[in-house]
Amino acid sequence: MMLKQLYLDMLRIRMIEQSIAERYNEQEMRCPVHLSIGQEAPAVGVCAALTKTDRAFSGHRSHAHYLAKGGNLASMLAEIYGKETGCSKGRGGSMHLCDLDAGFVGATPIVGSTVPIAVGAALSIKLKKEEAISVIFLGDGAMETGVVQESLNFASIRKIPVLFVCENNLYSVYSPLSVRQPINRSLCDIAAAHGIKTFLTKENDVEDIYTKSKKARQLILNKQQPVFIEIPTYRWLEHCGPNFDNDIGYRTQEEYIEKREADLLEKYIETLEIKELNKITSKIEDEIKIAFKFAKSSSFPNSKSAGDFVYA
Amino acid sequence: MSRKISYSKALLEAQDYLLKTYKEVYVMGLGVPDPKGIFGTTLGLQEKYGSERVFDIPLSENAMTGVALGSAISGMRPILTHQRVDFALVAMEQMVNQAAKWHFMFGGKMKAPMVIRMIIGRGWGQGPQHSQVLHNWFAHIPGLKVVMPVSPRDAKGMLISAVNDENPVIFLEHRWLYDLEDYVEESSFSVELDTCNLLRKGKDITLIGVSYSVVDCLEADKTLREIGINSDVIDLKSIRPLDMKTIISSVKKTGNVIIVDSGHVFSGISAEISASIYEELHGVLKKPPKRIGLPDYPTPTSTSLSDGYYPVKGDIIRATFEILDIKDKIFENENLNRRLDQPNKFFEGPF
Repeated sequence: MMLKQLYLDMLRIRMIEQSIAERYNEQEMRCPVHLSIGQEAPAVGVCAALTKTDRAFSGHRSHAHYLAKGGNLASMLAEIYGKETGCSKGRGGSMHLCDLDAGFVGATPIVGSTVPIAVGAALSIKLKKEEAISVIFLGDGAMETGVVQESLNFASIRKIPVLFVCENNLYSVYSPLSVRQPINRSLCDIAAAHGIKTFLTKENDVEDIYTKSKKARQLILNKQQPVFIEIPTYRWLEHCGPNFDNDIGYRTQEEYIEKREADLLEKYIETLEIKELNKITSKIEDEIKIAFKFAKSSSFPNSKSAGDFVYA
Repeated sequence: MSRKISYSKALLEAQDYLLKTYKEVYVMGLGVPDPKGIFGTTLGLQEKYGSERVFDIPLSENAMTGVALGSAISGMRPILTHQRVDFALVAMEQMVNQAAKWHFMFGGKMKAPMVIRMIIGRGWGQGPQHSQVLHNWFAHIPGLKVVMPVSPRDAKGMLISAVNDENPVIFLEHRWLYDLEDYVEESSFSVELDTCNLLRKGKDITLIGVSYSVVDCLEADKTLREIGINSDVIDLKSIRPLDMKTIISSVKKTGNVIIVDSGHVFSGISAEISASIYEELHGVLKKPPKRIGLPDYPTPTSTSLSDGYYPVKGDIIRATFEILDIKDKIFENENLNRRLDQPNKFFEGPF
């Protein structure tokens, strides 16, 4: 995997998320959106280490994970617009993405709640003796839920082939980590206490994330054991919605600027020739334009079908 | 060939058949492989099918429900067992938010064929947290199927159907039914999950029982027949979906109905059934429906307090007399020679 490709994948996701933010105020995307801008590195670094048959799960902030795993962009946007062509036929919206062809099984927005489901998918991989792993993206907040502790414990005792990817972005909505967890205990400590092998990556460093994820995947397959990766990261926009919210007072503008200046994607973009960069960005812009056109021009689901899919 | 076996043996036979026949089926739950094997319903299964497919679990009911779901959407057919409904309340999150909606919220892309067996306790001082009857909670959630088999034959056939169903099925077993014996075919068979059973036929009144209450209804019916009152007795073995068709056609005939729930009356299935009967049969009903069930307080533990907590045969007979306006007969409670916190005088707990 070339480092350049990792950064270009991150750039694509950032541009997609920005394009959603730009259009959100048109009031046509009528569902909450939790944008991934600033957190592209964990998604891209981890997914680059996976194969198509590996299964991925996520939570409320799942756009980057879905896209990095190879999820179809047009279906994602159509889903956010509530269209029949959406990846969940308009039944889910931004918080319920799914692309089985890409191995992105599902995301749902109850924090911690998809973690045991990913472990269950991994249990089925184990029982069927498949050469694959299951990956669950969770956040620092999920580590406070009982169900995640239960999932870590079960994965450890039954040697389940699952990769826990914990993105620590320091905040759960507006509540900082410091009011939620003891300051002298790391997230890796928690997983390690369950007897799980852990990796801590460098902050938002896609190369390091990729390298460690690759190692983690091999370990899971070779030793049939779960692995936990903690990835320090940072979201740029508000918890939910298209805007910046540093002004409302839960975090400082200084902190934000410090994180943004450390952003490796922006640094990488600066190293590209203008001509090459333009070529890259205009290609991505075209892709985005076509996808939005598809989403907007698609039909809404027939209102008579609202009660479909309750029972299989 | 049919022979007499217990409810618990019927459940064991169903799981044995399912594990033998379908490689996707696995069984997990706290105590599944232990020496008591969930009241005998899982005895010997781990020895026969191995610890990969039949296993004990940590006390993590919520996560294990998620694990069952995650495996179900990946092609497995899990049976998850909890020794009391009360223990599984921490798993409502996974059952309600996730399992019930997984098919719906991704536009039908995936299915969640999973069975959650939960046991309802009663008597012998089970008290406030070991005897709740909560089918009404589950029945409120679209996407779940909720069944409560009463006969050993239904227990076997419905568990086989539940595992073969493409949806999450809440399978509620009453502790007092385990020793009940009846004729059950040795071979495998399925019993549908969306109908109720018309167990007795009569023209005077319809008695609808839920779970163990069916046993009380049958006892009441036996006594009532001796004095010339004939009832339709319905075993409401499926709570969701609810077979209103059978109920309506019975009440249309009798014009009178008593619904006996094993759970609380307030906000329960008896209210749902009464309302539906009223909507359909307003002019046909001779008297308003009567509802019998648990009073509006938690289960008390002391023998003396719990004796009056559960409705018994006598309550059903008295209600029947009221509806049919029978004043010249008085039902005396038989001297049962036992406390009412046992299904029979041989029942000795402790669990």
